[in-house]
Amino acid sequence: MALLEIKDLRIEFPSRRGTMVAVDKVSLQVNPGEVLGVVGESGAGKSTIGNAVIGLLEPPGRMAAGEVYLKGERIDNLSDREKRKLRGKRIGMIFQDPLTSLDPLQTIEKQLVETIELHLDVTEAEAKDRAVDLLRQVGIPDPEHRVKQYPHQFSGGMRQRVVIALALCAEPEVIIADEPTTALDVSIQAQILELIKKLCVEKNVGMMIITHDMGVIADVTDRVAVMYRGNLVEEGTTAKILGDPDHPYTQSLISAVPRPDKRLDRFPLVEYIESAGETKKSLDIANHWLGQARDFGDHYTGPLIHVENLYMRFLTKNSIFKKNRSYFDAVKDANFEINSGEIFGLVGESGSGKSTIARMISGLYTPAEGSIYFAGTDLTQITTEKKRDHFRRQMQMIFQDPFSSLNPRMKVMDIIAEPIRFHGLASSRAETESIVRDLLDHVGLGVAAAMKYPHEFSGGQRQRISIARALATRPRFLICDEPTSALDVSIQAQILNLLKDLQAELGLTMLFISHDLPVIRQMCDKVGVMRYGQLLEVAETEQLFENPQHEYSQHLLELMPKLTNVKAA
Amino acid sequence: MISFIVKRLLQSVMVMLTVAFVAFALFNYVGDPISNMVGQDTTFAEREQLREQLGLNDPFLVQFGRFVGNAVQGDFGLSYHHKQPVSNLIAERMPATLELSFISALISLLLGIPLGVYTALNRDSIMTKIIMTGSLIGVSLPTFLIGILMILLFGVVWRVLPTFGRGDVVMLGWWSTGLLTVTGLKSIIMPAFTLALFQMTLIMRLVRAEMLEVLRTDFIKFARARGLPRRSVNYRHALKNTLVPVITITGLQIGSIIAFAIITESVFQWPGMGLLFIQAISDVDIPIMAAYLVMIALFFVVINLIVDILYFLVDPRLRVDRVSGSH
Repeated sequence: MALLEIKDLRIEFPSRRGTMVAVDKVSLQVNPGEVLGVVGESGAGKSTIGNAVIGLLEPPGRMAAGEVYLKGERIDNLSDREKRKLRGKRIGMIFQDPLTSLDPLQTIEKQLVETIELHLDVTEAEAKDRAVDLLRQVGIPDPEHRVKQYPHQFSGGMRQRVVIALALCAEPEVIIADEPTTALDVSIQAQILELIKKLCVEKNVGMMIITHDMGVIADVTDRVAVMYRGNLVEEGTTAKILGDPDHPYTQSLISAVPRPDKRLDRFPLVEYIESAGETKKSLDIANHWLGQARDFGDHYTGPLIHVENLYMRFLTKNSIFKKNRSYFDAVKDANFEINSGEIFGLVGESGSGKSTIARMISGLYTPAEGSIYFAGTDLTQITTEKKRDHFRRQMQMIFQDPFSSLNPRMKVMDIIAEPIRFHGLASSRAETESIVRDLLDHVGLGVAAAMKYPHEFSGGQRQRISIARALATRPRFLICDEPTSALDVSIQAQILNLLKDLQAELGLTMLFISHDLPVIRQMCDKVGVMRYGQLLEVAETEQLFENPQHEYSQHLLELMPKLTNVKAA
Repeated sequence: MISFIVKRLLQSVMVMLTVAFVAFALFNYVGDPISNMVGQDTTFAEREQLREQLGLNDPFLVQFGRFVGNAVQGDFGLSYHHKQPVSNLIAERMPATLELSFISALISLLLGIPLGVYTALNRDSIMTKIIMTGSLIGVSLPTFLIGILMILLFGVVWRVLPTFGRGDVVMLGWWSTGLLTVTGLKSIIMPAFTLALFQMTLIMRLVRAEMLEVLRTDFIKFARARGLPRRSVNYRHALKNTLVPVITITGLQIGSIIAFAIITESVFQWPGMGLLFIQAISDVDIPIMAAYLVMIALFFVVINLIVDILYFLVDPRLRVDRVSGSH
């Protein structure tokens, strides 16, 4: 008998403008000791299923049809009170963001003991012992001491272990993990997935992992269910789904995942998504606006960017006395060159200093030491704002979060026109507007987008707006800081293709920052690997992936989830 | 933590010195202190002698230093109008104001926090809509109007509560309290409510907004997913997390309750510092004004210091050094 069985589930979100069907006709099963993956892109309804099972649908969402059984017992029609008794006790839940999943004002011990005492009939002393024991089980070193600490004293990966310990408190029969590793670095992700796998086998619980990440699916699941717009399009063993998918959506989804093993010219596009709007006409850089007035440094033949002995320090503890101050070295002695027309990748885990380097080059941070040469001029020696503007125009940035990097009160027209006006690149209002329309067309949004506000666009479309805005100053150098890590794989493929095309057409030079190795492999010509502020290795991309020199690069490559190493079917 | 408190104390001293400077400036620049003290028939020579005696011819810094030195010992000189030491006058009036402020702060917290929690948890109930609309009235009506309306209803029409004064007081040492007698308790009801109304609505709206914010967070969702009972989720986890901003605002508000009890005190003829201050303004009684200014500043500074220490107690994230806190 299946541990958890979902039959013909339909979830609706009624609103004034009609009913939105989030999930329809979904039937799933989880067996003891089995990991079921539910995969799909944002808006596919995967998280909604998890919430519905434990009875925590966000209002006004409701289960319009279907049945949920736990060990053959129907649970979806229980009263709120009885459902609450199931939560934590028989069905555990793990959420995406470990940084916000724990109450910041209470010690780990308090939170664990509260949950243990609620579900199990134990004394307080026993609950405390169990709390320490749970922390030990999830691999937290020195649990007797750490149990007394508050969540902020744990790192992201350690907090996710605490979250798992909390979910395991009462030894639930089923665990639903909603994107359990999305917010974590690859090495931490590997550890957490390892832990989840181990717990599943040891305690014989059934687990449902909800994720958008095919790598996670390949790593831990036994079976996979693929969701597309609220419907279950395909279900089968992991090997079958990843190796030989039947449904065209699954096929295109898998093909859109950047391949770690081979470099392709372009990313395969997913058919099933919002129209990519490939209305882009090819343009002749010689007489197009984007090609004009590229007077700057055209005759310079050396590397466009040259970074020398770059250091960055952040003050972590201030004091009146110099010797009592302590610093955190965000970047230590970085040296690299980026040639004209090259895409240089920086890869590393969070806190490794990738973004700090980008911010120093773009002038957002002032380096503690070292030089940054742009077409032969040392940017750190520039003193006046006016001179700096000249260089700023040549460098633009594209940020990670497409939702917060656009001013929500400005129309797209004004967002893109702002840099043109600021740098005085167009002679008249009409010219500015025609340039903006041209740019929008060029990034595949269409001219109609100009009169809309950012909230009317999806994440991928917003990232296109960001790209158009970056292009508006006719830059030679583009800094992309994790430009696609907030996007779904299919959208990511589109955006990366767009960046590649633009780079080729306009002869742009790029600094491309990512934690995602497969993306780096597809995008970059050269790569620098960073850890703890140090640039450990700089190599040609293919050389790095085929033959990494530094120990840490080898380690990173090893951890990279590969779709091919599926658990034996 | 200790270095933080020491830093705060130093800042407080700076604030107090600045306020003392303003208060001191009042003496010298709002009229001539000598003409304020003496009658019209005093001769020029006598005035000059008095000026010398009082040290008004000393250099500016010496005078200021003397003022601060005296103020630290609670000596603000003689009131021009009452011909009594200002410190005595204030000591006499302070208990009335502090009791009124304390009771109204208590009322606003005891009603404001539960109402805020209730309206946040039952967002769409009819009761919530009534409370929210009512709170708008509380914010928008001026205090004196509410006071007068209350006097009209409870004092004149129904005759259940006294309309002015503190009622009978009992002396506990130098502190006169009205909280131990029936008339005293009855007298404090109306002024305290009048004064509390605005603060209460403010706290209620603040708690509601913060609570709604916290209820949306992941850790609340996770707490519910662990099956924790509603009571624990709402109070142990959610409410405690709303407290930091509430403490800030409450601290500032208690300060302003004390400082701006003036209007309520005038409406109810409450014999507190505010009333004394209003009279002092009409009499140009500068020593009282100066002393009041310094007193109120002291209250604000002390309350804010307490607020900062409370932060440390409520929020563990502030307790650790930033170094170990950074991940």
